[in-house]
Amino acid sequence: MANVAVAKDPKLTAAKKRAAKTGFHPSPYAVAKALTEGDLFTKASAVVLGLGNIVHKQYVKGAVFLLGEILFLYLFFTSGISCLAKLAYLGPVLKGSDGWDDDGNYVHIDATNSVRELLYAVAWIFLIAGFVLFWVAAVRSAYSAQVLTEKNGRAPTIIEDLKALLDSQIKGSLMALPTLGLITFTVLPITITVLLAFTDADHNHWPPFNWVGFETFAKVFDPNGSVAAGVNLGLFMKVLVWTLVWAFFATFLNFFLGMFMAMVILRKGTRLKGLWRTCFSMSIAVPQFVSLLVIHQMLTDQGILNTMLKDWGVIDTSLPFWTDSWWARVTVIVVNLWIGVPYTIMQITGILQNVPGELYEASEIDGANWWQTFTNITMPYILFVMTPYLITTFTSNVNNFNVIYFLSGGAPAAVGESAGDTDLLITWLYKLTVTKLDYNVGAVIGILTFIVLATVALITYRSSGSYKNEEGFR
Amino acid sequence: MTAVTKPAHTGSLRTRRLVGDALAHIFLAVMAIIWLVPIIWVFAESFNKNTAQNPPTFFPTEYTFNNYIRLFTDTSVLDFTSMFIRTLIIAIFVCALNVFFVLSVAYCMSRLRFRMRKPYMNFALVLGMFPGIMSVVAIYFILNALGLTGGGAQTMIALVIVYAAGSGASFYVMKGFMDTIPMSLDEAATLDGCTKWETFTKIIIPVTKPMIVYQAITGFLIPWLDFVLASVICRTQENYTVAVGMYQMLQKEYIADWYAAFAAAAVCVSIPIAVLFIFMQRFYQASMTGSVKG
Repeated sequence: MANVAVAKDPKLTAAKKRAAKTGFHPSPYAVAKALTEGDLFTKASAVVLGLGNIVHKQYVKGAVFLLGEILFLYLFFTSGISCLAKLAYLGPVLKGSDGWDDDGNYVHIDATNSVRELLYAVAWIFLIAGFVLFWVAAVRSAYSAQVLTEKNGRAPTIIEDLKALLDSQIKGSLMALPTLGLITFTVLPITITVLLAFTDADHNHWPPFNWVGFETFAKVFDPNGSVAAGVNLGLFMKVLVWTLVWAFFATFLNFFLGMFMAMVILRKGTRLKGLWRTCFSMSIAVPQFVSLLVIHQMLTDQGILNTMLKDWGVIDTSLPFWTDSWWARVTVIVVNLWIGVPYTIMQITGILQNVPGELYEASEIDGANWWQTFTNITMPYILFVMTPYLITTFTSNVNNFNVIYFLSGGAPAAVGESAGDTDLLITWLYKLTVTKLDYNVGAVIGILTFIVLATVALITYRSSGSYKNEEGFR
Repeated sequence: MTAVTKPAHTGSLRTRRLVGDALAHIFLAVMAIIWLVPIIWVFAESFNKNTAQNPPTFFPTEYTFNNYIRLFTDTSVLDFTSMFIRTLIIAIFVCALNVFFVLSVAYCMSRLRFRMRKPYMNFALVLGMFPGIMSVVAIYFILNALGLTGGGAQTMIALVIVYAAGSGASFYVMKGFMDTIPMSLDEAATLDGCTKWETFTKIIIPVTKPMIVYQAITGFLIPWLDFVLASVICRTQENYTVAVGMYQMLQKEYIADWYAAFAAAAVCVSIPIAVLFIFMQRFYQASMTGSVKG
């Protein structure tokens, strides 16, 4: 309600309105203000970083800004520019050979390591972005030194500044390392992988490779592409459709079986509730790759299950768990129930115990039978609470590398095809990049997986009840 | 189950209830067997004297400890002892860094208000939608450029850095928990003259303790459970972590020799993880009941 009142007050500026809504107040030392209202030294600080600080007796801080600028500019002109220039043409030397270098020496010239050039160039773009932030911090710092000197007669000392790092500026101190880690080992790799999609970096073009624009995308979507090339539209569609089918069944069968079992355990007449729950949660505690590899072994042609069935005379030939497409597809979904249902049981048990009791009392007074209570109270409540969870389960099933890779390994695969009949986009991607070394095709598949995931997540989440009406059950 | 028609007399109601109970228990028993069989089988297989890849009977006919002895003493091909120690060391460092990173980011996101807060949270969500496997090769190239792919200690440092670096985006659960701590605690601390850092270390961290245990165990388990990153970063056998090593044991070259040893390794890895997991479950539930009692 308070927000509405604030929004209607015409006297408040846009900034203040935003501040009232989001709960933070913008800094009074904005860059634009520093450059228009700052004094001469502050303005000069935009060129010579730290000048304003030094003038206002913040020697250490000023020196840090100045040295930072000098170091950056030095590196930028000695190596940055040449690194960035190489971005235009990634692999000038296609083949290693002996020849004369620029100084007239006879040397061995290696083929260009294109991925290293790409990496350095992208890293430089990130560094430049980092320097822009450094520059903003320096200008604002100079302006604040000026304003505070005018107001208090002196700017904060270095001791006070360092203390502020643990108090008013703590967000910077705490977030610095995690953010740096995230940028270096998540954002930077993703950027490079996305860029690789626009090159010809495959097992034939490595280490030197070059930009090819959308050629790789065209290759993936080519209906007539040869199987030998590793990809074509048919193969891609097959894997995509199976990924979605798999994610759908893996998510919803898990949900319904888990819900059913949770309700059977919770029903009044069931004894030893704790024992049953322990039995079913044992499988969670075993590392997934262990249990999946074990189940894979149990179901092979010579595996223990086939051996026993043959001994009992139930079958004559081994059941083709991993050699027939449909057997394999059904098997991975069923085994995934073994992995996933215990989690659902845990979740649903918690939710069912939280259903407001008065809802059941009311339905009993109204004379509802068991089925009506289930469809009108229990199910809507579970769905309301579980929708976000179902969406995340769906997306993690699209990305469920472990179950497929350890269980079926994508098998069975037709001879020469890079994706098997149970391969998901994610395992196909892994095989293409790690095994076949076709980095560009792998990158394209990765981008397409991201698009599929983002679309599904966005559509389902926006149309779900818990998004539209957050307080439906409060 | 359906009670559409009203029962004529209590007798039939009781029979029906008895039948329902019986069916429920039979169903649960069958399911429990299905869920426990693979686990029991691995356990039995780890003591099997017959180390062949495909044992002829479900349970071993002769039992022995040799598989365990061999697993920890045979260092010629797949040195499980050193894999285990290596993974343990990595796990300890990852655990410490992961807890620190997650706590730091969660504290900033939950207790502080600043301009980049919302964008950072959305950014973490979007990053999560990129399939993680997509960028493992690029991560390897980055480590290579940083000179961290030389093997030995370098590989261990590389794994610690990569696992820990990912934790900056997995702050959501911890943040959700911190959101339940009343802001009045922070305000009271500020009035008493605490700096933000003191509020963080003396107020928020103690209140968050159950969740920290949960986070610590999660962080500790990352290196034990990860296969993809480790398989790309540890390229040679002397650098393998447990997950990669155990995967190797079942590959064509080794399976004939290492099948029973694999089962023993599975038991050795599963027991500590299972214990930690059960422990973690307790703390997770404790933390879900809310941060401030009363």
